[in-house]
Amino acid sequence: MERSLDIASRTMLEVAQRRGITTVWDRFQAQQPQCGFGLTGLCCRMCLQGPCRIDPFGEGPRTGTCGASADTIVARNLARMIAAGTASHSGHAKHLAYTMLKASRGEAPDYPVKDEAKLRAVATRLGIPLDGKETQTLMGDVAAAALAEFSEKETPLAWAATTVTPGRVQTFLKYGVVPTSIDGVVAEVMHRTTYGTDADPVNILLGGVKCALADYAGMHMATDLADILFGVPKPVVARANLGVLKADAVNIALHGHNPVLSDVIVQVASEMQEEARAAGAAGGLNLVGICCTGNEVLMRHGIPPATHSVSQELAILTGVLDAMVVDYQCIMPSLANVAECYHTRIVTTMPISKIPGARHVEFREGHARASAREIIRLAIDAYGRRDPAKVNIPDHTSTALAGFSSETILGALAAVNKEDPLKPLIDNIVSGNILGVCLFAGCNNVRVTQDSGFLTLAKELARENVLLLATGCGAGAYARHGLLTSDAAREYAGPGLAEVLGAVGQAVGLDSSLPLILHMGSCVDNTRAADVAVAVANKLGVDLDKLPVVASAPEATTEKAIAIGTWAVAAGLPVHVGVVPPVLGGPMVTKVLTEEVKDLFGGYFIVEPDPKAAAKKLVEAIRERRSGLGI
Amino acid sequence: MKHIFVRLDRCTGCRECELACAVEHSASKELLTAIFETPPPRKRLYVESGDGRSVPILCRHCDDAPCLAACLSGAIYRDRAREGVVVQRADKCIGCWTCIMVCPYGVIGRRLDGGRWVAAKCDRCPDRAIPACVEACPTKALVYAEPEEWARMARRTVATTLAGQEG
Repeated sequence: MERSLDIASRTMLEVAQRRGITTVWDRFQAQQPQCGFGLTGLCCRMCLQGPCRIDPFGEGPRTGTCGASADTIVARNLARMIAAGTASHSGHAKHLAYTMLKASRGEAPDYPVKDEAKLRAVATRLGIPLDGKETQTLMGDVAAAALAEFSEKETPLAWAATTVTPGRVQTFLKYGVVPTSIDGVVAEVMHRTTYGTDADPVNILLGGVKCALADYAGMHMATDLADILFGVPKPVVARANLGVLKADAVNIALHGHNPVLSDVIVQVASEMQEEARAAGAAGGLNLVGICCTGNEVLMRHGIPPATHSVSQELAILTGVLDAMVVDYQCIMPSLANVAECYHTRIVTTMPISKIPGARHVEFREGHARASAREIIRLAIDAYGRRDPAKVNIPDHTSTALAGFSSETILGALAAVNKEDPLKPLIDNIVSGNILGVCLFAGCNNVRVTQDSGFLTLAKELARENVLLLATGCGAGAYARHGLLTSDAAREYAGPGLAEVLGAVGQAVGLDSSLPLILHMGSCVDNTRAADVAVAVANKLGVDLDKLPVVASAPEATTEKAIAIGTWAVAAGLPVHVGVVPPVLGGPMVTKVLTEEVKDLFGGYFIVEPDPKAAAKKLVEAIRERRSGLGI
Repeated sequence: MKHIFVRLDRCTGCRECELACAVEHSASKELLTAIFETPPPRKRLYVESGDGRSVPILCRHCDDAPCLAACLSGAIYRDRAREGVVVQRADKCIGCWTCIMVCPYGVIGRRLDGGRWVAAKCDRCPDRAIPACVEACPTKALVYAEPEEWARMARRTVATTLAGQEG
């Protein structure tokens, strides 16, 4: 199997091989064959009488020591994955909420409100009275409302209840899956899955759905608060891939997730260009992004994304990366090992996320700019220790047009029809110019040739006139392969889709069409796409489970992806996953997730590793919904 | 002829060898599809618990094989083309279970073949250079080696220990 379809990644993998540097692909190989009980979800480690394993071939034990069945064990393991994903997304949101609270009290002066309109829009949606409040006060109120979402209360999560369709609210109430506290429901999953508690697989799965809806709320909150503090993304053009690293500049990669850190580094860097030049770097400071914090600073500042997900180690192999600054999530501990062979400094910044072998500079929101300057100076200092013999920058970049927040998309549609912005989108869906909509999300996964799932699915669906949206490392893959361009729209879009992308592009004053795929942000930003779908559903007076909208994570890796997939199913969407999740050991759980859940929520999982077959299934799902709507 | 030897101190009882064996004897040879096959594929080695330790028990492909001697229908035979491994033809098995009765290791089981129960024994993975169980073992507790090679390994371990004690 090819390791990656990305030319720059492949070039760097040759360097790795030549220099004997171990990467994620080698380590994955060394893990083969992987444990079959783990792969099927049939290992239970939740008490000290275990670990227990169920024989998937039916010869050995059919229950764990406590009597838990295969389905019970699989459901419990899955629910805990959802809880971990929820804790991660909402931890990110909570970090933003605390930053905002401190800012409102004057304790974090480097975080002023960047987008007043968004602040007022979010406050209004939450029912917080505006009545002539100062920005600072309102900011404090929204932060307090956000933090209240994590605590015990008796009302549904506001960030979920105020952002979904009325029909969804009724469905969630009907099945008892309305979360009232984000931290509370994460704890509830841990409780119900502990020794001798919930043994009913369906009840456990519904508990997982409830937790996933808290994940949705946390993600929506994260996007809202980041937009308030750092601005709502607007269309922006950048180059993407490892070729954005510069031989004559101090290169700093921003890796991880939260703009609380990365956005401030971007702000401060513009003031420190001279310092970098004084150290001998004629090109000054060159910031690049990796993974989703890369998406955050791409969307808001046009910072070029260098690489994503499984190829993160390869940025170091260019020999010109002076520092990699990380916060949390998706940061491989191996970075510190790879960096040992180079001058690159790995800088950890968060108290909950340290890596042996990395330099830790604790980032303090109260002194954000000072922390950012300290980190940048570490990079400038490392620049002087670069080994020219190890410099090897792959000569490969692509153009990427990003910045498609829901506000940007609705704004673009308003350029076509000012009075009724959603009308052009709906009309084109009805006419069949747009067959449906697919949101691509999720990671790369070392099991899959990097980007192959994303590329095949996008090309197949575009040909069928499916409007494509993307977030996270999926959007990153499209950026690196030049699919976030109007050229790609010309090359791959079916005639109906090409016409719509072209017309909207013209209306917003682009010389050409909108890009083939609209980059909506980082992985925490998936609710931007949900917002557009909810607006369309509300306008049509139908619920989300009727819309010809699907989602796909062809190369999913993280527990966060499992949480996202689960709320997307609960939202009513058919959700494709290209990597088999550890559930097949539970026959009933598998059937519920792929079939029976449809009767409850309208959405369901499509597990299909072959991207061409997956594209067919997604098109079928879209067509089924179209005929349900009579279009 | 190579045999599968067990480094008893290394077995953690994970049962990966058992799973790999069943998968190797499935139609699809892929875990995630094999678990849905009917009849379910059957393993031919067993991790047992003895004296508080995990012990993989495998067919020894004995030179004087009791199962072969006891098989009245001629289903069990020695495959000369494959260094004399003791294997079985399902179509000749009459399901008398005499082989199960006489195997001192208890490593012959039963499986469904075309709606009929037949004996299931280790075939040393005819499609593989290294048996599936050996390849699957994450701690390398299973060693596929010539008996002389195994014995030499054991001698070297002892030699190192003795030399160490001498100081």
